[in-house]
Amino acid sequence: MDPVLENLDSYVAGFLVSLSIILWSLLGSLLLGLLIAACRVSPVPPLRAFGSFWVTTFRNTPLSVVLFACAFGLPEIGINRSFFFFGVLGLVLYTSAFVSEAVRSGINSVSAGQAEAARSIGLSFGQGLRYVVLPQALRTVVPPLGSVIIAMFKNSAVVGAFGVGGDLWSTGQTLVSARGYETLPIFIGVAIGFLLITLPAGAVLQVIERKVAIAR
Amino acid sequence: MSQQDTVLYDAQGPKARRRTAIGTAVAVLALIGLAVVVILRLAEQNQFSMERWGPLINPADENFATVWGLFGEGIRNTLIAAVIAMTLSIVLGTLIAVARLSLGRAGRIPLVGFVELFRGLPVIILVYFGVRVLPDVGVDLRDWPGGQVLWGLVIGLTAYNMVIFAEVLRAGVASLPRGQREGALATGLTNGQTMRIILLPQAFRVMLPAIISQLVVVLKDTSLVTFIANYDELLSQGESIRRNLDNPIQTFVVVALIYIAINYALGRLAQYVQARQARAARPAEKATEGAPVPVRDGA
Repeated sequence: MDPVLENLDSYVAGFLVSLSIILWSLLGSLLLGLLIAACRVSPVPPLRAFGSFWVTTFRNTPLSVVLFACAFGLPEIGINRSFFFFGVLGLVLYTSAFVSEAVRSGINSVSAGQAEAARSIGLSFGQGLRYVVLPQALRTVVPPLGSVIIAMFKNSAVVGAFGVGGDLWSTGQTLVSARGYETLPIFIGVAIGFLLITLPAGAVLQVIERKVAIAR
Repeated sequence: MSQQDTVLYDAQGPKARRRTAIGTAVAVLALIGLAVVVILRLAEQNQFSMERWGPLINPADENFATVWGLFGEGIRNTLIAAVIAMTLSIVLGTLIAVARLSLGRAGRIPLVGFVELFRGLPVIILVYFGVRVLPDVGVDLRDWPGGQVLWGLVIGLTAYNMVIFAEVLRAGVASLPRGQREGALATGLTNGQTMRIILLPQAFRVMLPAIISQLVVVLKDTSLVTFIANYDELLSQGESIRRNLDNPIQTFVVVALIYIAINYALGRLAQYVQARQARAARPAEKATEGAPVPVRDGA
């Protein structure tokens, strides 16, 4: 494990870049995903069609293809940004489809009878939404949304591989290719870096899940 | 949409229908506007020229045959890797699930650790392990049919997906009614026979849609090898076409469409199988209906 310890500072720096990719992508994909989910459950047909189109497209395209299309396609039409920007953008576009699916399935898992009951005891639409439907929907959304988020954390490695530079993945690559270290210890170092992100995140989600879970 | 697909709104009255109609008009205008902006932008940059699209869509173009030859080979390589990886994941995942279900509390601990470890790692890291680290530590797969990169990719994808599959199968067994196992044991079957003859076949059936959905994930993940080594699957082929013809937008649109076509078909197949099972469920099997939803974690 010497190569890892010798380059601990590079690893820490890479870890921080990975975290910043993750945070920006998390913010972006939650916002965009909620927007797409809102489209998919709206009473307006064209918006629903747009939402379905979005989800079908991005759920069935590999993340790597989305990234390539962003980084090589967008400059062609005059959008020139950093690879970091394109990387995060690609990850956001891709993840938003999965966020939207998780949110929508949560909303739809509340049975229609709940809303009917709310109306029949005289709650207005807004009250029914606030006191009856949304609290249940949000709780059901937690587990699927949690696994989408953790998958996104792991996918940030692909953004790194794509050439953002300086993140955990490319730190490992640089150590191997430019400085001639053995692949195994470097690989283990990068793997530990990601486990330090995903395992605690998984544990936190499990605690939240246990707190909010409802039997249905 | 049937009247009550969502709880968010009720069957609409005259006022709400009017509002929806207005919303529809606004949304249509906005979406058309967006499309026009995008198309104008693309046209401005000469992105619709036959020079860029010709090799992809015009059979008379001199590069057409070469380009689609490359795509064809790419699709084949993608499918080969995905199918081998999926088969191995199912076999190994079944072994892990059975071990986890049959071992006692103490024996399970290392296995749970193992599953958690592989679930926490990005799949690209495991592919890297298969393709680049294994040869370095002396695992030489060059003589296998398909070569080092194919098998490295397959090993990486299998390592990632076998634990997911093990979890899926475990959930499938857990979803069966208790009486299935009790009944089997009461007729004198051993634990192993109960698992093999009674529980696993039913669990597989319940989980068939999840298995098909997971194949989509594996298929998409084969493209990650592009970042690591040369395997000439679909995305790599797209990359070399782009480098030669310098038409990134057009090439990646076609690559994405091919992936979408294959994966969408698989997704529909999964839905069909699920619907068929729901219909076929006889009262005695009703208990399996609450089966876990397919694992689609977007990986």
